[in-house]
Amino acid sequence: MNEKRKIRVATCSLAGCFGCHMSLLDIDEKLFDLLEMIEFDRTPFTDIKHCGACDIGIVEGGVSNAENAHVLKEFRDNCKILVAIGACAINGNVPALRNNIDLWDCFQEVYLYEGGLEGNQIPNDPELPLPFDKVYPVYEVVKVDYFLPGCPPSADTIWKFLTDLIEGREPKLSYEMLRYD
Amino acid sequence: MNKTITIDGKIVPFTDGQTIMDAALGAQVYIPHLCHNPEFKPHGSCKLCVVSVNGRNMTSCTMPAAEDMVVANNTPELNDDRKVLVQMLFVEGNHICPACEASGNCQLQAAAYYLNMLSPHFTHFYPPREVDASHPDVFLDLNRCILCELCVRASREVDGKNVFGISGRGIHAHLVVNAASGRLGDTNLVVTDRAAHVCPTGAILIKRQGYRIPIGQRTFDRKKISEVQMESTEEGKPDHE
Ligand code: SF4
Ligand code: SF4
Ligand code: FES
Repeated sequence: MNEKRKIRVATCSLAGCFGCHMSLLDIDEKLFDLLEMIEFDRTPFTDIKHCGACDIGIVEGGVSNAENAHVLKEFRDNCKILVAIGACAINGNVPALRNNIDLWDCFQEVYLYEGGLEGNQIPNDPELPLPFDKVYPVYEVVKVDYFLPGCPPSADTIWKFLTDLIEGREPKLSYEMLRYD
Repeated sequence: MNKTITIDGKIVPFTDGQTIMDAALGAQVYIPHLCHNPEFKPHGSCKLCVVSVNGRNMTSCTMPAAEDMVVANNTPELNDDRKVLVQMLFVEGNHICPACEASGNCQLQAAAYYLNMLSPHFTHFYPPREVDASHPDVFLDLNRCILCELCVRASREVDGKNVFGISGRGIHAHLVVNAASGRLGDTNLVVTDRAAHVCPTGAILIKRQGYRIPIGQRTFDRKKISEVQMESTEEGKPDHE
């Protein structure tokens, strides 16, 4: 391990809740072991703004707006292995419950009709990414190499998966580790 | 009683009229299945129980056992096909397990775990299906219905009612409620009916019962669907209900 180049890992949250990242942090003191083996590129844990060349990209959350799609494409273009982590990245999950509600209805409900709003208007600054009509699983937008289900996957599951991947083994989850909820 | 077939090399006895599934259940051989429940007549819709019989694929829940059949069941090829079938069921509905009261007790989910499904693979349909909360004690969420017709069969055969049916063709096939209004609240279904408890997924749920079992103690937290369904046949009980 000493002489070897460290594995470079990027992570991001698209239409996620950061729960998968929290579950990654739940490996607790094993984070020190992890940082012996990897170094982070762009992730919410670092200040790097764009994903550079990486060995592993980990994506939490589905794709619900234009910015999500741009970030996801940057990850796909730069990461040798792309991993969809958590139920949102895998099937849209709870955010995809909006897929059967008209987007305009959602916006009106939240920004126009909701009580207590002053000068109600639907935000339309070009700074803001436009939402998509639906929330899409990551694999319906780019090719995904591995899936790690769970909402979120447990810390033990993430640890097992990551160490398998980092050490060049095909990731394998036990029955207890495979959960969708 | 001394007629036999072999399943994955194991000698399995059967009596005339039994299907391959019946014989397998009797011999504690697990063949994955969702629409079959030994309490009811076979249905043949989920196709998970497909096995290779003398080299041809057949649904074991409908195929009568015959002397000297050589059946392959637990093979990587058949399990891969089964996984694809489960993936098709997942994308056809809206299976948001983290928000489903059936999670941990759901046979569709448990079958997916058993078959090591890591993602639903296909493009999601996100169908716009209804939730019917009109009944005082029972929910109906058609987003999770896999059209196994167990509720249809239970209502007719056990409850002596005719609460459920299937209507429509192709992908438009869907569960209907036999009331002029189409609403569950306008039927004579009562919460103690077998039909209210037979659903293998979270499509039919009893109100005010959700999330009662702690995570870790739910049916499939502790055991694989193969173990649960073999135990229940041992005790002569139809399923984990
Ligand atoms: S019915 Fe089963 S598979 Fe569908 S969402 Fe509920 S737990 Fe998941
Ligand atoms: S509601 Fe449940 S029991 Fe009835 S057909 Fe659908 S999945 Fe089967
Ligand atoms: S169990 Fe045989 S087709 Fe469903």
